[in-house]
Amino acid sequence: MTSQEILREEPSRGSFINDPRIRSLFFQTLVVILVFGSIWWIVNNVIENLQRLHIASGFGFLRSRAGFDISDTPIAYTSDSSYFRALVVGLLNTIIVAVVGIVLATIVGFTVGIGRLSQNWLIRKICTVYVEIFRNIPPLLVIFFWYSGVLAVLPPPRESYHLPFGSFLNQRGFYFPRAVWGDGSWLIAVAFLLALAMAWFVARKARQRQMSTGQQFPVFWTSVALIVGLPLLAFLLAGMPLTLDFPKQSTFNLTGGFWVKPEFLSLLLALSFYTAAFIAEIVRAGIRGVSKGQTEAAGALGLRSGPILRLVVVPQAMRIVIPPLTSQYLNLTKNSSLAIAIGYPDLTATAGTVLNQTGQAVEGVFIMMIAYLVLSLVTSAVMNVVNAKMALVER
Amino acid sequence: MQEHDMAWVRTEMALAQPAPPSERGAYAWVRKNLVGSVGDIILTVLGIAIVAWIVPQVVNWAFINAQWTGPDRTVCTTAAQGGIQPEGWTGACWAFVNAKFGQFMFGTYPIEERWRPILVAILFVALLVPMLIPRVPRKGLNAILLFVVLPIVAFFLLLGGVFGLPVVETSRWGGLLVTLSLSFVGIAVSLPMGIVLALGRRSKMPIIKWLCIVFIETVRGIPLITVLFFASVMLPLFLPAGVTFDKYLRALIGVSLFAAAYMAEVVRGGLQAIPKGQYEGADSLGLGYWQKMSLIVLPQALKLVIPGIVNTFIGMFKDTSLVLIISMFDLLGVVKQNFADPNWATPQTPKSGLIFAAFVFWLFCFGMSRYSMYTERRLDTGYKR
Repeated sequence: MTSQEILREEPSRGSFINDPRIRSLFFQTLVVILVFGSIWWIVNNVIENLQRLHIASGFGFLRSRAGFDISDTPIAYTSDSSYFRALVVGLLNTIIVAVVGIVLATIVGFTVGIGRLSQNWLIRKICTVYVEIFRNIPPLLVIFFWYSGVLAVLPPPRESYHLPFGSFLNQRGFYFPRAVWGDGSWLIAVAFLLALAMAWFVARKARQRQMSTGQQFPVFWTSVALIVGLPLLAFLLAGMPLTLDFPKQSTFNLTGGFWVKPEFLSLLLALSFYTAAFIAEIVRAGIRGVSKGQTEAAGALGLRSGPILRLVVVPQAMRIVIPPLTSQYLNLTKNSSLAIAIGYPDLTATAGTVLNQTGQAVEGVFIMMIAYLVLSLVTSAVMNVVNAKMALVER
Repeated sequence: MQEHDMAWVRTEMALAQPAPPSERGAYAWVRKNLVGSVGDIILTVLGIAIVAWIVPQVVNWAFINAQWTGPDRTVCTTAAQGGIQPEGWTGACWAFVNAKFGQFMFGTYPIEERWRPILVAILFVALLVPMLIPRVPRKGLNAILLFVVLPIVAFFLLLGGVFGLPVVETSRWGGLLVTLSLSFVGIAVSLPMGIVLALGRRSKMPIIKWLCIVFIETVRGIPLITVLFFASVMLPLFLPAGVTFDKYLRALIGVSLFAAAYMAEVVRGGLQAIPKGQYEGADSLGLGYWQKMSLIVLPQALKLVIPGIVNTFIGMFKDTSLVLIISMFDLLGVVKQNFADPNWATPQTPKSGLIFAAFVFWLFCFGMSRYSMYTERRLDTGYKR
């Protein structure tokens, strides 16, 4: 036997009990037996219980008449619609509140986060107080605060607060003018799309020119001029086809305009203000995570403070910020399920109603879980694309 | 000897000069921190405007105009609303909080039995405080008393039915008692469970690894309400006919499972941060898997993720408020339930009650986050990478 062969030979473990492969196999088999055994037991119990309680199973109920009304319906829905349509309405409401909430929370969060790094002592302190208050209070409490503490005690419609731009605020919610698009509005949309395409083209050309000649082109201002200017031109050409439908006060209520219900308003405000506190901390950590040497090196290259921030600090900070920001977006989406507490008909609330009416708890909870999992996966996928764009490109 | 070129060489250091007057004192501070540039001045004015707009309103409402004591709603309503306050009065109705304080703390726990939760609270504090102070010895014994003995004692003391104590159904528990007990048990269960799940997720055994991944990712992908729904609607279906489950226990299971999944991800972060050399070093010493993990890897990993663990605790503490959706009455639930009391229904009641609840939640969460910052500083070995 050569020494090579001796080395290659497996060392003796004395007994097969000490062989890691056998151990691993044993424990995995044990876990599989335990897990599948309990699943089998549970499924058996569920079937037995369902039979005993005379509850139907399967997803056939989705086609039957829902028979309940929903207060906010982005798509046509009556109590004669099917359960499936009710669930779709709920899902759409969840998506609406999540998307608007994410936008609002991002704006507030970035503002407060940058504010916490301000040179200005007063601004810094105000932002710190904001973050420390909202981070440490349950979101559900914030929702109730807006709903029963603030919005419910507003004056009745007759004594509505008059706000600028012909909008009103009262117990029943927030009313603002609705834009009514007349004939020829399609021209504006076309102009807007055209402007976007042109802005993209200009940016590409400017980049090519800078790469080859070193000359810069004011891309930002050109794009703004294009995106604002072209639709405006189209608007004038089409003969100003926009009229505003102002909310009008009648004896007991307000008519016309766009009506935001207090449920939606309190949910939106609470979710965005709550999440904004977390986003602010993420942004702060991200900017502080870019080492000072980077700023100083950029300064040494002769960049001014604007370009330093735009070209050096923010791209690096975004790399730190995006992953935790994604999980905050996911949290906001999941927290939108708190809508059920104040009666905003989101997915959880409608699924809960469906579940109570049909008694098909297994299917109801299953639908809820799948819907939220898909929403989470989609949000993660979008943020992963953004993250890949921002990621460090190494050789 | 060579001549020196220099005529005079100073042998002692010059005395340090104080900073120029423009760089010290209140004036320099204001110039640097408040009015450094035009933009700064605008921001300062804006800040002063915000403070001047909010603070007087808050102080007026919460302190100056507030009603601290009173028998019923009349003290918190204006004359037009049937009360004693002048027209246009707004102020906090702390009298409501004052009158309902017992309920906010214990729910509908029988008044003559309330010494039991109070006793549990005293025991809890008596065990928790030495646990939190690093200098106090016997941490192991203390931990066993706090996390094993106390829950058992508390269970029998709160529920009753032994030693001649009358039984108090969990449906009568409420208020801060429910909030604290749910989150304490949740914390005590979720941390070990999270550690096991994290180890499972990093295990080399594929089946165990995938089971852990499926569990963690599913739970993290759905809202807590769905988990609570699951626990309250589906758990009864899972059991054989006739076996019932206490609602409180169902909520407890839901909250613990939920927190465990998040805890697992936090712990996994710590495990990943431990260099491979530590694992290999432990292997070369001949340590087995559990010895390696408990003696070498976990102590380092957990120390790294203390902030994350505490954040999960804080999140869970806040999340216990969601049990009101499956109609259990924690602090927030009891406060909300009392808005409906006709004796106290005033426009100011909801705001006052919610702010009181917010303050209690805030105190606990802020305290936890400050303690975690302190621990982080104390355990900082200085080996920052």
